[in-house]
Amino acid sequence: MTRFNAFTLLKNAVTGHKNWTEQWPDSQPKSEYDVIIVGAGGHGLGAAYYLASQHGITNVAVIDKGWLGGGNTGRNTTIIRSNYLYDESARLFDHAVDLWEGLSQELNYNVMYSRRGCLMLAHNVHDVQSFKRHIHANRLNGVDNRWLTTEECKDYCPPLNVSPNARYPVMGGALQERAGTARHDAVAWGYARGAAMRGVDIIQNCAVTAIRRNPDGSVAGVETEKGFIKAKKVAVSAAGHTSVVMQTAGVRLPLESYPLQALVSEPVKPIFPCVVMSNAVHAYISQSDKGELVIGSGTDQYTSYSQRGGLPLIEHTVAAITEVFPIFNRMRMLRKWGGIVDVTPDRSAILGKTPVEGLYVNCGWGTGGFKATPGAAHVFAWTIAKNEPHPINAPFTLDRFRTGRLIDEAAAAAVAH
Amino acid sequence: MLLIHCPYCDETLPEAEFTYAGQAHVVRAQDPSSQDDGQWEDFLFMRENARGPHYERWRHFHGCGRFFNAVRDTVSDKFLTTYKAGDARPDLSSLLEGQE
Repeated sequence: MTRFNAFTLLKNAVTGHKNWTEQWPDSQPKSEYDVIIVGAGGHGLGAAYYLASQHGITNVAVIDKGWLGGGNTGRNTTIIRSNYLYDESARLFDHAVDLWEGLSQELNYNVMYSRRGCLMLAHNVHDVQSFKRHIHANRLNGVDNRWLTTEECKDYCPPLNVSPNARYPVMGGALQERAGTARHDAVAWGYARGAAMRGVDIIQNCAVTAIRRNPDGSVAGVETEKGFIKAKKVAVSAAGHTSVVMQTAGVRLPLESYPLQALVSEPVKPIFPCVVMSNAVHAYISQSDKGELVIGSGTDQYTSYSQRGGLPLIEHTVAAITEVFPIFNRMRMLRKWGGIVDVTPDRSAILGKTPVEGLYVNCGWGTGGFKATPGAAHVFAWTIAKNEPHPINAPFTLDRFRTGRLIDEAAAAAVAH
Repeated sequence: MLLIHCPYCDETLPEAEFTYAGQAHVVRAQDPSSQDDGQWEDFLFMRENARGPHYERWRHFHGCGRFFNAVRDTVSDKFLTTYKAGDARPDLSSLLEGQE
């Protein structure tokens, strides 16, 4: 596979860009692998990449029922931040941000990580107090986050309406400067290319229908649309469909799958310099490099696998955005879509071993999995390779729902993603 | 937008009038102190998360305010039926027959 650099770019430019080689082959399944990863999104492909590059495990297949990166990796609003309240979450998400910073160089693939800052708006006294608490908690954990006054918010994000007569006046904001966005497709493609280069098979359009177990209870392999594939270890990273897949191995998970919608506007010239989130009016917005405003909010209220979601939520989202940014109230929205997110009761991920020997799971990212992609993939690969959790993902066990050691970001953190 | 039939008002109304209230027929133990941690985990956290017909609760929040049960296909989001709280769980095969 071609390594991308100025020389190869120039060489292919003068030959009319006709000689680029494919970036990863469309593999057919072999009969047996050391590790099978179910789900070719950023998390699954990333885990395959780190298995191959850091642990020397290359007899690996990543299997997906659709195209790689066609699930939530290609459907999210690409926000990256790590200003989570609890120690466990702060470590996990900050580990991801550390990896985001060097990811383009490591993968030799431009993931367009843009450190443009994420501003969380406070609209009432409670917001001000809780955000300041977050800022102090973050700083104790070494996560950057600082308080901006109303005027500083306006300076940082000029389209913001800071009129004291606004329905939701801006009383200040919490700014994480290391936060930002990345090109979501490029993350999947970069990891796919890096993994394939090291011998990983990427098998697309081949749904895993069941996980098979040996008589002693350990994992035997997976049943797929293209037949049975034997595996020493199976790692499931299937987002909204994780509980469906895991049930075939007899493992129940405390997950519920909800549609999470997003929408984009028509493309316009650069106007929006950062990411802005508002928990009180409940929406978040940034501008893509193509010029579209990328907008999202919370999940639909009912569980579903439909990848659509309902229009009332879109109306709510757009109403919230135009409340805070009246400048956008004549913008035309281009398209909207939904992804199925797997939500845990404490809104923290489940990342590690399962009661079944040789079966691992990375799920429960709810509405905020994209930002964690490199960090989660990195510690997931560690867990698979060594059959024990990395210190960073050790608290994110499945049995915390029995022991009661929850990581309760749901109640106490800024949970808008 | 979903259209939902409230079995109490006997009217089919837009989703915006209703709130979702999770999986139906989750029964709290009669004698809570007899439950071990695994049983509490099941009761509090484990849900079917069915891909297909799903028994669930809704509340007619901006209407009569009452909770009722529904069977909805989570792939198509189509309601197979709604029924009053306390009624027995309807038989799935007879519901699916009516659909074809």
